[in-house]
Amino acid sequence: LRAAVLLKDTKLLDVKLGQLPTWLAMRDFTPGGIVGALRRGYDRYYNKYINVKKGGLAGVSMVLAGYVVISYVWSYSHIKHDRHRKYH
Amino acid sequence: MNLSFFDQFSSPCLLGIPLILLSMLFPALLLPSPGSRWITNRLATLQSWCIDLITKQLMTPLNKSGHKWALILTSLMILLLSINLLGLLPYTFTPTTQLSMNMALAFPLWLATLLTGLRNQPSASLGHLLPEGTPTPLIPALVLIETISLLIRPLALGVRLTANLTAGHLLIQLISTASAALLSIMPTISILTTIILLLLTILEVAVAMIQAYVFVLLLSLYLQENI
Repeated sequence: LRAAVLLKDTKLLDVKLGQLPTWLAMRDFTPGGIVGALRRGYDRYYNKYINVKKGGLAGVSMVLAGYVVISYVWSYSHIKHDRHRKYH
Repeated sequence: MNLSFFDQFSSPCLLGIPLILLSMLFPALLLPSPGSRWITNRLATLQSWCIDLITKQLMTPLNKSGHKWALILTSLMILLLSINLLGLLPYTFTPTTQLSMNMALAFPLWLATLLTGLRNQPSASLGHLLPEGTPTPLIPALVLIETISLLIRPLALGVRLTANLTAGHLLIQLISTASAALLSIMPTISILTTIILLLLTILEVAVAMIQAYVFVLLLSLYLQENI
C-alpha cells in the first residue's frame, strides 16, 4: 500500500521533469513565503553543519567561500575592465 | 594591472544594488543567536565568550550609569571586527574603507557622549577643557587648544579607521601586483616579495582587530569623562 504524496508536498529532487511547471506554480511566492523558504534553508544549513556537538571549521568556511564567490560574481563587470585593459 | 589602485574602493553594482549592502548585511549570518539550551554549539559558545570578554573589558572602567551603553558599544565592536576581518578575503568589499560610513558611526556616538556630559554634569564636562595645574598665563591658550582637540575627536575617529584600512588594502594590492609582475622576470625577488606579502597580511589581520578595538575604546573613554 503506497501512500500517495501530493505534488504540493514533494521535495524538488523528487519532482519529475514534466511536473516541474505545475510544482513551481504551486509554490508560495508571497514575501512571507520567500522569507519562510530562506528561514528553512538557513535552519537546514545551521542544523546540519553548525549546531552540532563537534562542529568544525568546515561549516563556517563554506559560508565564507560562498561569500567570496558571490562577491566575485557581484564585481565581475567591474573587474572585466581590468582584463580588457591588460589584453586590449 | 588595475586602471587605478583606488578602484577597489568603489562599490561595484549588480542589478543596481551596490556590493556594500551585501557586505554590511553578511556579518549577521555569521553570528547565530544562541538557543535556549545551556550548552549550544561551538560557534555560539565562541561567540558568547568573545562578547563576554569585550563587554567586561569595555564596562569595567565605567560607572553604573555608563552600563546603559553596553549594548551599543559591544555591538559596534562586533560589527567593526567582523567587517574589517571579512574585508581581508579576496574579492570582498570593506565598508569601513568608506569615510562616509566611519563618520556616520563616529559623529553621532561622539556627539551623544558630549551631550550626555553637558546635560548631566555641565561644570565637570566643561572642566575637562582645562587640565589641572596649568600655570595661569597659559589658561586661555590651553582652553582654546582643548576645545579644538574636543571638536576634532569625531573627525579623528572616522579618519583613523578609514585611513588605516584603506592604507592596508592599498599596500596589499601594490605588493601583490609587484609580486605577480616580478614572477616572470626575477623569480627570486618575487618569492621575497611574496614573503613580505604574507607578513603584511598577518599585520593586516592584526590591524583590522586593533582598529575596531581602538575605535570603541576611545568612545568609551569619551563616555567615561562625561557620564
